[in-house]
Amino acid sequence: MDLAPYLLLAGLEGLVQASVLMLTALGLSLVFGVMRVVNVAHGEFFMAGALIAWACGAYIPGPPALGFIAGLLVAPLAVGALAWAADRTILQKIGYNPEGTIVSTIGMLYILQQGALLTFGPDARAVDAPFYYTIRTPWFGYSSYKLFTVAVAFALVAALWLLMRKSKVGLLMRATQFDRETALNFGIPVGKVYSAVFAIGAMMAAVAGVLVVPNQQAHYLMGTDPLLLSFVVVIVGGLGSIPGTIAAAVLIGLSDGLLSVFFSPTLAKIVSTLLVALVLIFKPEGLFTVKGRRA
Amino acid sequence: MKKLHMNNSGLTRRRLLRSAASAGVVLAAPGLIRGAQAQAGDAIRLGAPFHRTGIGASYGRWYERTANAALKIINEGGGINGLPVEMIVEDDGTDPKRGVEVMEKFAAEHKVDAVFGHLFSHVVAATAPRAGELKMPYFLCSEAHTLASGAFNRYCFQPSITDVKSQVSSMAPWISSNLGKKVTLIYPDFNFGYDHRDNMTAAIKAQGGEIVADIAIPPTETSFTRYMPRIPFNTDVIYHVMVGPAVLTFVKELGEHLGRNRPEIFGFIDSLEAVDMEIPQLEFLEGTYFWEAMPRYAQETQSEADQAFRAAVGVDDRGASLDDPKDISTYAHMFSVWETLFAIKQAMEMADYRGPEQKIAMMEAMESISGFEEGAAFPQGDKIFNGKTHQSFGHQNISQVTEGKLKVVHRTSIEDTLYPDETDYTQMSF
Repeated sequence: MDLAPYLLLAGLEGLVQASVLMLTALGLSLVFGVMRVVNVAHGEFFMAGALIAWACGAYIPGPPALGFIAGLLVAPLAVGALAWAADRTILQKIGYNPEGTIVSTIGMLYILQQGALLTFGPDARAVDAPFYYTIRTPWFGYSSYKLFTVAVAFALVAALWLLMRKSKVGLLMRATQFDRETALNFGIPVGKVYSAVFAIGAMMAAVAGVLVVPNQQAHYLMGTDPLLLSFVVVIVGGLGSIPGTIAAAVLIGLSDGLLSVFFSPTLAKIVSTLLVALVLIFKPEGLFTVKGRRA
Repeated sequence: MKKLHMNNSGLTRRRLLRSAASAGVVLAAPGLIRGAQAQAGDAIRLGAPFHRTGIGASYGRWYERTANAALKIINEGGGINGLPVEMIVEDDGTDPKRGVEVMEKFAAEHKVDAVFGHLFSHVVAATAPRAGELKMPYFLCSEAHTLASGAFNRYCFQPSITDVKSQVSSMAPWISSNLGKKVTLIYPDFNFGYDHRDNMTAAIKAQGGEIVADIAIPPTETSFTRYMPRIPFNTDVIYHVMVGPAVLTFVKELGEHLGRNRPEIFGFIDSLEAVDMEIPQLEFLEGTYFWEAMPRYAQETQSEADQAFRAAVGVDDRGASLDDPKDISTYAHMFSVWETLFAIKQAMEMADYRGPEQKIAMMEAMESISGFEEGAAFPQGDKIFNGKTHQSFGHQNISQVTEGKLKVVHRTSIEDTLYPDETDYTQMSF
């Protein structure tokens, strides 16, 4: 294959990767930024979203697009409710103690994973894409659904941005993030804000799961990879920084796409892990964070 | 410092002892119950380490169903030497480490007479040496060439399914003379895939062809488009063999990438096992070829044995479960569990096997078997069994996708699949 189409394919792959990564990583970053909770169970919310999308596709009669749209609505709501409940019954009870939250979210990871294994079984479940159209170039074909994924992901990120910047809920979140004590003194219901943030974070992962599943199939072990990559993105971009996370997701996603098409996917993983190590050594607050200020 | 604090904060010796004792009871309980069941001499117990979870789950599910169906028939016919046959299933998670642990559990706790039914080659590679150390007869339903190459021990047998070397060497001449001489290999990046790469490369070279690219893909990979540009434009034939939960994605993305101007495609059915091929995204497979050990779709020349086998396991004419047409079987592999059980039965009957003290006699009987006749016990076809390499040799099928169904276009003879012995296990001590 010539260089130009090669580059085009690599760029497309990277873009798809980046957009899904952006959604999952933003959820993780938001939860850490506001609540200071490292949510190890984040990948399992992604997996739960994918499995619910499969269930919607399998049990709702009619064209696949109907099931897909239902999944896009039901999955984040159900996963958000689950995360809300988890926050109320677990994280709140241990007072958001940093070590405690890590251990308890590891516990949640196993409960969700094994729960999915018990209810959905160990098989990979294929989900029909809402539409099939293969874009043909002279050199290769590319699924149009993948490009649709990119568009939806960017729209959702824009919506989150607006929510954080322009709405009252966003203001409450940012106030809580900036200074929890002061926010409490001003009468902000910090407990409720925390539950909402945890739910929104999980919903981002769930939507990413729904978007990915027509390309990848739903499987109870599928949460591990996105969790690791999200951590990579969040560390490179700066924990808790939304613009940093977006920039890092695009950087990691594109470099992953390019390196894995031109060289090998294993090399891509080596490079992104190396990047994490370098960032932790030389700029531990993240590549895109201005010291002392978080968005 | 920290330890001192802990002692002061109420963890008394009595409390520690009490919790340790209760933990001990909980840990011992399952062992107690199971231990009580296991008594030698009243039944033949076979350990079945199936891949119930992990990347081999769809194979594991069907291996278990097939084994249950075969055991039902064996027990209805009076068991083995008048003893009923029991199967104890443990999940190994398709994980080499757990495969070894499960083998140890079968030996120490369940005290089984033999272990059978392992498939994935990385699990087999880890478990086989331990089976030899534990002196446990270990019957593989895998395909890797490792056993016949001499890397295992005298306790390991593969009496039903053939190994990759004989599959590949018998089909390479057909591929190079009918499809083309410039081949791109796509295979999983572990033991089983390397067997394909090494044997196919040698076999194609022997035919005067060449491997223009070889693409190894990690078995846990979920996205494949990024590997596709490495398929060179001058490829005549793409040879693919993939395993794991993402096989459908792999085949779909291969189709998306290639479009209509595709080269010839020859796949191992592994890339489609447990996958419904009659879906719109797989239409591009029309006219491509697959290797099958046993044809998934009932052929016009279907044997009575195949018919009876399908009925017993609960599989229809297109290889799907009778209960759920979406639940596609791993038809090209699962017969090996059935046939292995009947091979064990034959060896045990030859040795008049009654309990573990006759293990060696049973294995010597197995080594003396020279082959199996096609029939209800061996529905895939007749076989030559090589007692020295502990490996079976059988017919291979090449099927073409015709109107969305697999139709056998070529069936090799057993002689095509033979190669010179690489080891002699009978020279090893037990």
